[in-house]
Amino acid sequence: MANHSTAETTHVKHHFVDSDQQFDTAKLGMWVFIVNEILFFGGLFCAYIVFRAWYPELFQQGALELNKVWGGLNTIVLIGSSITVAMGIRSIQLNQVKGLKINLLITIALACIFLLIKAFEYHHKFELGLYPGAYYNPTPEIAGQLTHPMASVFFSIYFMLTGVHAVHVIIGIGLMIWLYIRTSKNEFSDKYFTPVEIVGLYWHLVDIIWIFLFPLLYLIE
Amino acid sequence: MATAEVSNLKTLQVKRFKPSEDPKNTYLTEEKGVWAWMTTQDHKKIGIMYLCAVTFFFFVGGILAILLRTELLTPAKTFIEADTYNQFFTLHGAIMVFFVLIPSIPAALGNFILPMQLGAKDVAFPRLNLASFYIYVIGAIFTFFAIANNGLDTGWTFYTPYSTQTGTSVIWVTMGMFILGFSSILTGTNFIATIHKMRAPGMTWGKLPLNIWALYATSIIQVLATPVLAITMLLLTMERFLGIGIFDPSLGGDPLLFQHFFWFYSHPAVYIMIVPGFGIISEVITTFSKKHIFGYWAIAISSLAIAFIGFLVWGHHMFVSGQSPIASSVFSFLTFMVGIPTGIKILNWVATLYKGSIDMKTPLVYVFIFLFLFSIGGFTGIMLGALAADVHLHDTYYIVAHFHYVMMGGTLIALLAGLHYWWPKITGKMYNELQGKIAAGLIFVGFNLTFLPQFIMGSQGMPRRYYNYIDQFTVFHQTSTAGAYMLLVGFLLIAYYLVKSLISGEKAGSNPWGSIGLEWQATSPPHFHNFDHIPVIINGPYDYHKPMEEFQLGLAESHNGHGAHGESHEVVSPEGVTTEA
Amino acid sequence: MGSLFDFMLPELKSPLTGATTDALMAFIHTISFGLLAAITIAIIYFAIKYRRRSEDDVTPVITHNTKLEVIWTVIPLLLVFVVFGWGYKGWLDYKTVPDNAYEIQVSAYQWGWTFKYATGAQIANEVHVPAGRPVKLVMKSQDVIHSFFVPDYRIKQDVLPNRYTSLWFQAEEPGESQVFCAEYCGTSHSNMLATVVVQTPEEFKTWLANQDTGGGGTPSERGEKLITLQGCTACHTVDGTPKIGPTYKGLYDTEVELDDGNTATADDNYIRESILDPGAKIVKGFQNQMASYEGRLDDDQISDIIEYIKTLK
Repeated sequence: MANHSTAETTHVKHHFVDSDQQFDTAKLGMWVFIVNEILFFGGLFCAYIVFRAWYPELFQQGALELNKVWGGLNTIVLIGSSITVAMGIRSIQLNQVKGLKINLLITIALACIFLLIKAFEYHHKFELGLYPGAYYNPTPEIAGQLTHPMASVFFSIYFMLTGVHAVHVIIGIGLMIWLYIRTSKNEFSDKYFTPVEIVGLYWHLVDIIWIFLFPLLYLIE
Repeated sequence: MATAEVSNLKTLQVKRFKPSEDPKNTYLTEEKGVWAWMTTQDHKKIGIMYLCAVTFFFFVGGILAILLRTELLTPAKTFIEADTYNQFFTLHGAIMVFFVLIPSIPAALGNFILPMQLGAKDVAFPRLNLASFYIYVIGAIFTFFAIANNGLDTGWTFYTPYSTQTGTSVIWVTMGMFILGFSSILTGTNFIATIHKMRAPGMTWGKLPLNIWALYATSIIQVLATPVLAITMLLLTMERFLGIGIFDPSLGGDPLLFQHFFWFYSHPAVYIMIVPGFGIISEVITTFSKKHIFGYWAIAISSLAIAFIGFLVWGHHMFVSGQSPIASSVFSFLTFMVGIPTGIKILNWVATLYKGSIDMKTPLVYVFIFLFLFSIGGFTGIMLGALAADVHLHDTYYIVAHFHYVMMGGTLIALLAGLHYWWPKITGKMYNELQGKIAAGLIFVGFNLTFLPQFIMGSQGMPRRYYNYIDQFTVFHQTSTAGAYMLLVGFLLIAYYLVKSLISGEKAGSNPWGSIGLEWQATSPPHFHNFDHIPVIINGPYDYHKPMEEFQLGLAESHNGHGAHGESHEVVSPEGVTTEA
Repeated sequence: MGSLFDFMLPELKSPLTGATTDALMAFIHTISFGLLAAITIAIIYFAIKYRRRSEDDVTPVITHNTKLEVIWTVIPLLLVFVVFGWGYKGWLDYKTVPDNAYEIQVSAYQWGWTFKYATGAQIANEVHVPAGRPVKLVMKSQDVIHSFFVPDYRIKQDVLPNRYTSLWFQAEEPGESQVFCAEYCGTSHSNMLATVVVQTPEEFKTWLANQDTGGGGTPSERGEKLITLQGCTACHTVDGTPKIGPTYKGLYDTEVELDDGNTATADDNYIRESILDPGAKIVKGFQNQMASYEGRLDDDQISDIIEYIKTLK
């Protein structure tokens, strides 16, 4: 970070000494929050690991019902959106407000595509009666392939993991829109873009979690 | 000059800022009216709002405790039905743990004191701080909604499959806990960022007050453990809502998995409750013996050690649950490892008294009560960590007595010590010292009367959470109930004289205890921005051998619109002080 | 001090599982009393000796004392190693079931215990065991988690719905001991008691031989036995007084008022439905506390119970 403590300090809150301190503090806070998010998902991954250790065949059978093509496409979409977020941060560092706006829009669009594909996948599962837990009621054809008695638990874990992740994506979209509005009001510049950087960190986290989810659920042979 | 990038020696122009004894502008006069309070981002006001909420919940939980103890006067039904009794002990536990003990010291007192001890104007993220309070309120609303609709009778531990089968409002409470968790997470995140980035010039890690070290350790636990509670509560909610089959054995889940998840949070959670208490003890004991703390680093590092080892001992709640014997023996061993740093602290505090100048004011009386009660809690903890003894004592009143000695004899007494210690700073008023000591005496006697008999009956085999009991335990239960009423009188007396002090208490002055702590170098009550100046620290927090002037230094020039306003400040002489900036 | 420890613990009736526990508890209590007394005396002594004499008291600068701190870290550390090892030894005693143990199956449910012997004999809330011989209990729960706790034997083990757990003891002398459920399990948790009846091997043999091994008797006699063994009587009486659920007496063929305002006739199908799907029709004034008996009772057994209820006029 360049030293801009001499610059106009309207964005510096009263309790900070200068812009650098405010930026460093916000970034540290976000990293702490990311640690907390990792533990949050860690709980779910832990449930996944325990059940996979108990019923390895279940996860092999279950993975066959998940569509690798759609999952793979979603992985590419999300990685793409991570790149555009990074490009957005780069733009504002160079004081290119317009570049930031364009990148934010692309990111929002990619996140929506991700959710759309996810919605298609969910819809397809529901059509086959692959609901989570007690509502699990597969069509006879599926029931013939998915013979494992614990099949419903696989879909519980699938829906919990991807569902909680999808909620994070939705929150991310909300944050991007908020950033876009603030950018439009010219609140960001190369002097002050802390919120952009913070949301960027969050978005990378959402991306990384998906990169773990995809192989763990879809790509089990 | 930011405290973030440091390590080179730097010369600062400082002068002495003596706090005014009769401040005109304080945080209480700055923003007035209900709306200003509700939307305030001032850490002091948020701390007070938390304090009020915690007091309210303590009152609710306390009344429940009195009702429970009254029901237990006789072996069979005394005045309430079994189902009501089950709901009362569940709510007593849940309210006291989640709404009182966890937020009490960090979010209420910590919020007020932490930025002042760091010499900061506020916590790092004031808006998040306010948000955390409202998240707490929303969590509370969910819980009250559950109480109004069928209540909750699972015990505060929510063990499956009972919690997936009972007809009471489990979903509302688990959602409430899920939400409440975020309040705790935000407080922890805020404190970590504040401690790292907002320290006044000269306040190196080695000069942090031990209260800050304790809050730092607590925040780490809050951030690392609470998300696991959140996901556990979410999974339990989904278990009831969708029957996902992770925890419910009838759907293929495993109740032991739930216990592992639950205790992975809830054991560290007891350190979230007790470690900030340790911080208060260190502050009070040094102030009232006017002496350097014995073993600063031992106390600071042991807080962190407790925070980390505390994550590895959750399985000691499950020795008889059916978990593997190897796991049990490892957990037992690690449990003893976490006992050691705790024991070290007690000895350090006692050693601090040696050759001190001991002034037995009410806060110090509470510290002595703490040392006695918490030691008993610690020793019985060692007992329960021992595998063979735990098999016999698990889920009996011995456990009940143990955690009340730790949580009430520890955390709550520490909270009372802190409350009496900082009350003059927070309100600017003094309470009645004699009444303070009488209340402390009542609480000490009442507490032991309530919980000592529980060790004996537990050891004789009285299981916990029993509505009816066999006749041989009657005398213990009745003694215990008598003690509970005595505690009630003690707490009502505290409420009486504290409220009275607000109305007609003497003015406290900026530093009634003669402490060198940074928070005492501000006015009582403090200014809106805590200090008019930016404090500069050149001495350790317990250097009682140095003159008071050296603890009242601040930057000579104004900065960022908030600087020296002159007024009554005495300028010693503009001198260069060499300090690590 | 020794007598205080005796007072704190009930008489030990299974030394093989409890002797280590008792010795360990006495050891920890003794050490703890000593240390607590030392700490308390030190605090009181310091508070008096070093009380503040004037506001200008000067205190010495004592920041730490490495030697002292090492000592008071290492000594407790050694002590807890001893405690750990000792506790582990007792734990091994408790976990290692002797080979010649007499095995009894235990079924726990809300709110009672049923004990099944190899002969087919079943008995509720009372377990007869031979003295001087190790007894192993293999336990499983029908519903939620329970915990089998006998203070006299210093043993406790949670009883789980999805796996078997076990524990053992060896009562040396004939007599009786109290069993508690130690894991909270709902409304009547505190009434989920049982008794261990220890008999001489000869008496035990005779007792067991006289036990009905099931299948005998008329349908209504079988039904009468079933409602005890299945724990129905924990909530339903046969003498006309309401408990957690309605009484069985005079129930059959009467009009029952339901809490949704409707009425139903308590015929065979109503009783059968109430056993298999307790939440379907709730009698006015009661709450749905009952778990389904689907899979726990077969059709013949349900018929037997209905036959028995018919006799309760």
